[in-house]
Amino acid sequence: MEIHLVEDIIIPVVKILFIAHLLIIGVMAMIWSERRVSGWIQDRLGPNRVGPQGLLQPIADGIKFLFKEDLIPNHVDKPLYVLAPAMLLIPAMIAIAVVPFGSSITIAGIDEPIPLQIADINIGILYILAITSLGVYGVVIGAWASNNKYSLLGGLRSSAQMISYELTLGLAIIGVLMLTELPNEILTKLGDDEVNPLSLKHIAYSQGVHSWNIFVHFPAFLAFTTAIFAETNRLPFDLAEAEQELVAGYHTEYSSMKFAIFFMAEYMNMIVGSAVVVTLFLGGWHFFGLENVGGPFWSGVISFAIFFVKTGIFLFVFIWVRWSLPRFRYDQLMNFGWKFLLPVALTSIVVTGTLWIMTNGNRLWIGIGNVVAAFIVVAVVAGLLALDNNSKSEKQNTPAAAPLRGLDAIE
Amino acid sequence: MNAEMILFSIFGAISLIGAIAVISFRHPIYSALSLIVTFFSQAGLFVILGAHFVAAVQVIVYAGAIMVLFLFVIMLLNLGTLSARGALTGKLKGVAIVFAILLAIQGVYIAVNALKNTAVATAETSAEPITTYRIGELLFTKYLLPFEVASLILLAALIGVIVLVKREGQTES
Repeated sequence: MEIHLVEDIIIPVVKILFIAHLLIIGVMAMIWSERRVSGWIQDRLGPNRVGPQGLLQPIADGIKFLFKEDLIPNHVDKPLYVLAPAMLLIPAMIAIAVVPFGSSITIAGIDEPIPLQIADINIGILYILAITSLGVYGVVIGAWASNNKYSLLGGLRSSAQMISYELTLGLAIIGVLMLTELPNEILTKLGDDEVNPLSLKHIAYSQGVHSWNIFVHFPAFLAFTTAIFAETNRLPFDLAEAEQELVAGYHTEYSSMKFAIFFMAEYMNMIVGSAVVVTLFLGGWHFFGLENVGGPFWSGVISFAIFFVKTGIFLFVFIWVRWSLPRFRYDQLMNFGWKFLLPVALTSIVVTGTLWIMTNGNRLWIGIGNVVAAFIVVAVVAGLLALDNNSKSEKQNTPAAAPLRGLDAIE
Repeated sequence: MNAEMILFSIFGAISLIGAIAVISFRHPIYSALSLIVTFFSQAGLFVILGAHFVAAVQVIVYAGAIMVLFLFVIMLLNLGTLSARGALTGKLKGVAIVFAILLAIQGVYIAVNALKNTAVATAETSAEPITTYRIGELLFTKYLLPFEVASLILLAALIGVIVLVKREGQTES
């Protein structure tokens, strides 16, 4: 096998460096925007002293973290305590490798157009599911190694939550995979023999040919997005680090740069999650033909810009939701995941498959059918739960229900 | 020595070291983590064989889900470190020796066969990657009956767990 210097070494290395640095800069941007947007939502200023508009605040934070004393408490399990932050950060970083961040770009001097994606492996989306499922170890091991009851509780909550919501994450995308189709001219352009629905590149191109998946699979999109929020431990699902109950959850015992790594990993997970949602449901780099404007060079740049902006908007939604929704109670979290999200994701598979055969692949009907079916499922589940609650409260006065009833009486 | 051979050596070595670590560590948490390392490097071996789907499933199911539950149980039970002696006593020691000898014979047999016939490995690695499409096609045509039987067994196990966990007359709190 012959190895070309430019095609096989320089271009991949440049792509990897570009994306890795973009992720780290993205984390810094997220730290800044989280604090500024939070300030804006709460009608206060937020940090604005370091640099123009406080833009250098993340750098100041980083320097502070690096120069703080690297404290390792005496009661921890030292090897695992040190290993845990890395076990969380590395899966967060390498999951982005299969996400296409633009169509393709042609640069003068290189014959072939360069696909804007680090690796197009044939299991694409499964790779992302596999890698993100490993992220839970960082949390669990860090929690256990800290030898602290609050940490352990946070870790247990987080792992139970991640396992429960991973199911929804996996099931919600199956409808998307079923409807991934590409016409032959695009396949020959990409140099592939057949459509591979697992490849994120094919999913993105398919949305350029047909409609964006959010219009066809709206309930699956909602389920997937909710599961992403739970997987990244963000409010309203941040029970793993609920400050009012667990001090800081699994990273209570961590300080200085180790704590910062946990923090960075959380933001990286958010960025990767947003990029995956944009690729799967929001059309990837497509924006109603804008991605084809310009020559083979500029269309690549524009497609990357569209992808970048979409991911940024979705990250803003993360912060927005944080200040809009209160935290779930633990049983509510589990009920919501297992009794609402999972049935909705399952229904979307059945309905998409059935309507695809019945209507000969008419995406409009599939989209309408998905929404209607999701409504019916949610209504049925809610009705059954309400019936169950009624019969239960008639039978027994549970201690948990009593104070609530007292509140009703006051009202 | 080509790239596949180098990768095979790396992943093989890691999975062996992990497997030895599983039984050498005194602390169950460390043993469980070593087992995860072994599963992960085995996924690497599957990728070298071109079985990308199997590799992904290996990581998702074993490394990602089952081992998390293992860790969960170990943490909740708060198992201490095993003492040096006392783990293997009396009859157990005899059983262990018999199995170790059987394993050693098997290992020698495989090694001798592999040295005699190296063509097997090269023929397998040069095959096209097995796509999920092909796996799905085979599952629903040639292997339909075993597939359905397996799913029935899994369903039975699932129902069994629910029955065992949910005792009679107990309602959700």
